[in-house]
Amino acid sequence: MKKNSVLKQLTKSREFSLVIVLIVLCIVATIFSPSFLSPTNISQIFRNNALTMILSVGMLCVLLTGGIDISIASILAFSGMTVGMLLKYDVITNTFLLFVIGSAIGVGCGLLNGLIIAKGNVAPIISTMGFMYIWRGLAYVISNNEWASGADVVGYSDFGADGSMGPYIIIAAVFIIGFIVMKWTKFGRKIYAVGSNTEAARVSGINVDGVLIYTYVIMGFLSGLCGALSVSIYASAQPNMQYALEMDVIASCVIGGVSMSGGRGSVVGTFLGALILAFITRALPLVGIDAIAQNMVKGVLILVVVVLNVVTQRMMDRASLERREM
Amino acid sequence: MKKRIVALLMCTAMVTAMVAGCGNSSSEAPASDDTASTDTASDDGAAEGKDITECTFAIVPKSAGNPYNEAEAQGFQEAIEAAGATCIVSYPETATADAQITVLQSLISQGVDSITVAANDENALQATLQQAMDAGIHVSCVDSKTNADSREVFVNQADTNLIGQTLMDAIYDITGGEGQWAILSATSQAANQNAWIEAMQSVMESDEKYANLELVDIVYGDDEPQPSTEQTQALLQNYPDLKLICAPTTVGINAAAKVLQDQGSDVKITGLGLPSEMEAYVGEDNVCPYMYLWNPIETGELAAYTAMALVAGDITGAAGETFEAGDMENSPYTIVEASDGGTEVIVGDPFEFNADNIAEWADVF
Repeated sequence: MKKNSVLKQLTKSREFSLVIVLIVLCIVATIFSPSFLSPTNISQIFRNNALTMILSVGMLCVLLTGGIDISIASILAFSGMTVGMLLKYDVITNTFLLFVIGSAIGVGCGLLNGLIIAKGNVAPIISTMGFMYIWRGLAYVISNNEWASGADVVGYSDFGADGSMGPYIIIAAVFIIGFIVMKWTKFGRKIYAVGSNTEAARVSGINVDGVLIYTYVIMGFLSGLCGALSVSIYASAQPNMQYALEMDVIASCVIGGVSMSGGRGSVVGTFLGALILAFITRALPLVGIDAIAQNMVKGVLILVVVVLNVVTQRMMDRASLERREM
Repeated sequence: MKKRIVALLMCTAMVTAMVAGCGNSSSEAPASDDTASTDTASDDGAAEGKDITECTFAIVPKSAGNPYNEAEAQGFQEAIEAAGATCIVSYPETATADAQITVLQSLISQGVDSITVAANDENALQATLQQAMDAGIHVSCVDSKTNADSREVFVNQADTNLIGQTLMDAIYDITGGEGQWAILSATSQAANQNAWIEAMQSVMESDEKYANLELVDIVYGDDEPQPSTEQTQALLQNYPDLKLICAPTTVGINAAAKVLQDQGSDVKITGLGLPSEMEAYVGEDNVCPYMYLWNPIETGELAAYTAMALVAGDITGAAGETFEAGDMENSPYTIVEASDGGTEVIVGDPFEFNADNIAEWADVF
């Protein structure tokens, strides 16, 4: 009896349908490429998508407040390019220090985003769009038409190299801290409150502006961190690095069931969403889909998963309504 | 209600009039400039053989923020300025034909004497470049050509078939003449890469020697590190017997080399790469035994001499013409027929970078 109710509890949760999608994806991919679930392959999936995964936690916070941040890939490029140039000219070679610098740049960028959105009352998509051009442009300016790669980043790239635990530790830390903060802290509850009903939150004494600024600072911090991480993983810093990554990040959140209008979404869902996107990206070349058709198929799959998710959500809502009427 | 509508209409009319007025006056000014400058441009064009020190030469690279393009533009600029002429380097905002058209149009209205372009698309620039030629501006291409109708001559960094042959010989040599190999390219539309891949395939078909080499896949890394990394990993996983990856693109070869080195793989990589980017991977026992490229600085230099010869009236871009190119190695250069019906001048042979010379060249570009 108890077992039954646990199962019921599971199927009732929104994340359950995502788990099913993930399992189906794995089965299909394994049929085409038996080694899909091998430890090497799985570890590569995590490493290749480390940036999307880490950033999706920040994007979850931003989306929960009803906002959006499309400047993250540009902040990433600005921070990454700065780190790359510092390495190339041997100014700073300490890995830890470079990560701190990259993250600090991100915090600064995020703070500006937050201030303009919260204090200036500018729509998040407009403010972050402006900064999207500014930071990407700055990345080009400081790159001065150069790349940093190969020999320039020797040593620094060890942290993100295949086989190093670095990227995995960061992913795990970000998700665990994100889970704890969103689930059990006052700050997490405040983010949900601001997104569900801003006015009600304000009336009940929540410092809405403060929460908004913090959210964009967190997003900026993670973007800056990912800038440093990207240079380490790919051993390359180019001003056009990770161009349009923000779309993958937003897609991860949306697949994970985060509402674009705020107030709804979870860290677990986001994790599953990012994982589904990562599995799709990985599986497409393995199942033998032509290189030039991969993006199209990826788009179709994203839509299918999202629609599936919305439909199950509706069914669940209706079921709980019926129960209430009874 | 009626009053309100009338008022609204009047307001709209006033605003429209104001906007239109502003539009007119502001567009008039540059328009008159346009005609003036186009006139002078065609005057310059008419007066062939004029003193090049009074002329302006523009180069439009493929994109900003890429050291290869930068080196090419630098070679161009130095040669032009050494001759006492004025040089403009105009980067497009993105690596697309649209962005280049915007830049080209502004150069046309500035009334430059010559435009050298590394085209992002073979056909898309045709209308704009013909407009430039009609205005008396000399148009030449470097690095990546437009179709034959949109240019006077193409400065080709290396003969396409020769690149195909050279790469196939490298693949034959590194694999020992047999086994599976794959290509990691840039984007699926990249004109240069597609031409080289085609050349490699026809070389492979033309000679029995290559019969034991099996090209298993061509994948596209979009000239970005992340997709290139993922495509390389997929290749390794899909083809356990793979012996070699050939990446005829600087970003791809770099990303693939990193993957192979990280995994300690036995698969080798060769192709076209920048020495400064590849220094950590090139070496006899390393993932990349040797690779090729040409000197982008020299390519830019020759493009400059070509543009100057066109403006000075020394050449018209017809096959068979010869011109001096300062102190460049192979000077004087001769213009030859290109495979697309136009003409081209070839800079030189692809250059091999190996364990012995990589450190030295890594400092250059």
